Amino acid sequence: MITERDVEHIAQLADIAISREELEQFTPQFNQILDYFDLLDQVEGSSEAQHDQFNIFREDIVEPSLPEEEVIAIAPDSEDGFIKAPRVM
Amino acid sequence: MAGGSVHFNPQDSYHAFLTTIREAPFTSGKLSGVAVAVKDNISTRGIPTTCGSKILSGYVPPYDAHVVSLLKAEGAAIVGKTNMDEFGMGTTTENSAYGPTLNPCDPERVPGGSSGGSAAAVASGMVRMALGTDTGGSIRCPSAFCGIVGLKPTYGRVSRYGLIAYANSLEQIGPMAGSVSDVSLLMETIAGYDARDSTALDAPYCHTPDMEIRGVKVGVPEEFFGEGVDPRVATRVWEAVSLLEQLGAEVTSCRMPSMAYALAAYYVTCTSEASSNLARFDGVRYGPPADTKKTWHEAFQEQRREGFGTEVRRRIMLGTFALSSGYYGKYYAKAQAAKEDVRRDFARLFRDVDVLAGPTMPTIAFRLGEKSDPLSMYLSDILTVPANLAGVPAISVPCGKVDGMPVGLQIMGRHLEDERVIDVAYAYEQGGQR
Repeated sequence: MITERDVEHIAQLADIAISREELEQFTPQFNQILDYFDLLDQVEGSSEAQHDQFNIFREDIVEPSLPEEEVIAIAPDSEDGFIKAPRVM
Repeated sequence: MAGGSVHFNPQDSYHAFLTTIREAPFTSGKLSGVAVAVKDNISTRGIPTTCGSKILSGYVPPYDAHVVSLLKAEGAAIVGKTNMDEFGMGTTTENSAYGPTLNPCDPERVPGGSSGGSAAAVASGMVRMALGTDTGGSIRCPSAFCGIVGLKPTYGRVSRYGLIAYANSLEQIGPMAGSVSDVSLLMETIAGYDARDSTALDAPYCHTPDMEIRGVKVGVPEEFFGEGVDPRVATRVWEAVSLLEQLGAEVTSCRMPSMAYALAAYYVTCTSEASSNLARFDGVRYGPPADTKKTWHEAFQEQRREGFGTEVRRRIMLGTFALSSGYYGKYYAKAQAAKEDVRRDFARLFRDVDVLAGPTMPTIAFRLGEKSDPLSMYLSDILTVPANLAGVPAISVPCGKVDGMPVGLQIMGRHLEDERVIDVAYAYEQGGQR
């Protein structure tokens, strides 16, 4: 059973703002869905693949990328060839 | 045909398209002048690509997805971008931020999802073929609901470069059209190796559908006719399986025990991957601008509250929870073990049979607004998710009607045996017309 406080905590972890109404809507829905996920409790064993899996490597070669000005042009806000972002600190 | 342009200005009464190109240029090639619609989560240079979301409104990609480059190289005319559930999260196309698509067979019903716009564009005759994407049934479900053919290829056979990611380990781009031959033709165009998708396989598809299926072993898993499957849908599918038998296939019944938890494993996996993938939409590099005067977290939260719809927010939060400390072992790790069980089930069955057959969807298309609670919506994906978990090819081909609405026959095959899946579907399609 998860509570509205748990859902608020998840919203914080997810960095997703949540409203009062959504909290009331999501909490019972999450409980219903998580109850359903309990079916996974019956699964035994590990996820270790039984089939042949292998890595495909490639040489680290520098290739032409998208033109800088086209990429900057789709950014909502830029200055002197840099993309502007909200401050982190 | 030499190059030119296709004039495309349809009266889109089913809201299949989010963007249309009035004069769509084309060149010469196998698909010269063929109007092809592309789902709106596949990047198209110079053409808006929104994923059915407000968070990408106004976004115009500076590059083409690999499949789009291949279509253009074969002469196809890209005539528009089709509506979809936001980021592919839905089974009805009602979760589009731009309003639902309607089912051309009955406009009071949903076309299925999430590639509902592509299915409606084909079913209404606006285009001959379309690209969709399938994470848990998003090509096959709308194909079944709208009465067209749709293939989810073997995982890795079609490059995902330029597909805006939702759940990378499950999703594939695939062909949708009115006939198996056209699906095969479109598959031939889009399959093949691409170094820009690290999961791409070097397995081109060069095949002409062959309706000879004498001696092909068809397994019918009992679980595909279990609880929740409309008995009238089951009847149509059994009739289709009988036809395959008349055409010379050997039909046997089989069991797929992992179906008990396949859907739970699917939803834990796709929501977990979504919670990570969708973090890139921060309003900094593209999309509606973030408020750069605010702090990062304030601006990011604001962006995600304004830009994402309810189902997307629900899935991001479920995925965040499934991956969070203390719950990872109970949900994500178990889901990966369950996924391995599903793979093992398929591998075991495919030692004795060549393909598996069953319904694509448990019911016919829902009425608009009929499914309002999320879990009951999720449950309708039960028959399509196993193929995504195992990465095997699966097709939906129309097999009659219930209440005037189309029913889909699903054929699943071994890894890299998309050709055989196509052949069995083709035999059914052609045999059914005799």
